[in-house]
Amino acid sequence: MATDFTLNGKPASFDGDPETPLLYVLRDHLGLTGTKYGCGIAQCGACTVHLDGKNRRSCVTPVSMVSGRQVTTIEGVAGKEAEAVHNAWVAIDVPQCGFCQSGQVMSAIGLLRIKKKPSDSDIDAAMAGNICRCATYVRIRQAIHDAAHALEA
Amino acid sequence: MKAGALALGAAALTLGIAIAGQAREQKVEGLRPVSAFAGIADPGARSVAIFTEMGKVIQHPRCVNCHPRTDRPLQGDAQLPHDPPVSRGPADRGMAGLECGTCHGPRNVAFANGKGSVPGHPEWHAAPIAMAWEGKTLGQICQQIKDRKRNGGKSLDQIAEHNAHDSLVGWGWNPGPGRTPVPGTQAQFGELTRAWVASGAKCPAG
Repeated sequence: MATDFTLNGKPASFDGDPETPLLYVLRDHLGLTGTKYGCGIAQCGACTVHLDGKNRRSCVTPVSMVSGRQVTTIEGVAGKEAEAVHNAWVAIDVPQCGFCQSGQVMSAIGLLRIKKKPSDSDIDAAMAGNICRCATYVRIRQAIHDAAHALEA
Repeated sequence: MKAGALALGAAALTLGIAIAGQAREQKVEGLRPVSAFAGIADPGARSVAIFTEMGKVIQHPRCVNCHPRTDRPLQGDAQLPHDPPVSRGPADRGMAGLECGTCHGPRNVAFANGKGSVPGHPEWHAAPIAMAWEGKTLGQICQQIKDRKRNGGKSLDQIAEHNAHDSLVGWGWNPGPGRTPVPGTQAQFGELTRAWVASGAKCPAG
């Protein structure tokens, strides 16, 4: 039986093994390769998407778990927090190699939707599951603060 | 574990367990049934002996790992700090942006790329700090379990019901690939708890 869900605001369906990770469905079957495969075991955060608006690691999410729910990926994320994060990321050139950045961006947006003015420790706690092998952590934290300030203005 | 296995009592089962991609053999003990303590005439001594048996469950990594003494849960049979480095947060369900539900779902999910799994349950969360068990003796945990200020306001009967039927407690017997289950069955654990309460709910010394 097919799994039906909403992907970036549009109906989507996957007619395969319901245990298939959402990440594989997004990348291999639906062609949305912005969400990255890093570790496959929820250790790195590269595969972060939003499930009903909240941060979720898609590599450990069987597609059956998203039946009837809203999935948002880096390709479709929108709204004032997304715009603020996008602008802040560009303004200080956060990425280096970039591989982890879609996950970082999704986690940052998810944080700002809950915490409008996150402290350093709020940011560190929220982003602790997103690894960056280029160690862009200082710029990530600064960009989240910048995005929060922009949203406040 | 099926009823037939219960008859094994304290006999050890040998399970092949794969952890971090490395297979190893590990002895997993069962739980002794309530009847095994009937020969202890003194109710207080019997009560302590029963709680000590319950300790095989209570002090198992499946239980202690989510009863941490800090804000960070533990992981695995080696009881290493949780990685990613999560924090319990204000409601024991993680921090804003990195909640338990960011990775843990309503059920265990086997990794698609190898051995192991991410554990899950609809109510996945850490025990409140007042219920921390990590680093405590069994006697200290026993006193804590009896203290309504540190047990979620439960009576002893409610503790027995909790141990017998709470489904998050029950996860310990169904922890998913890559994790050793707690010994015995939840039904046995519930029976032991009821017998402990009925015998005066005495605690081990220390």
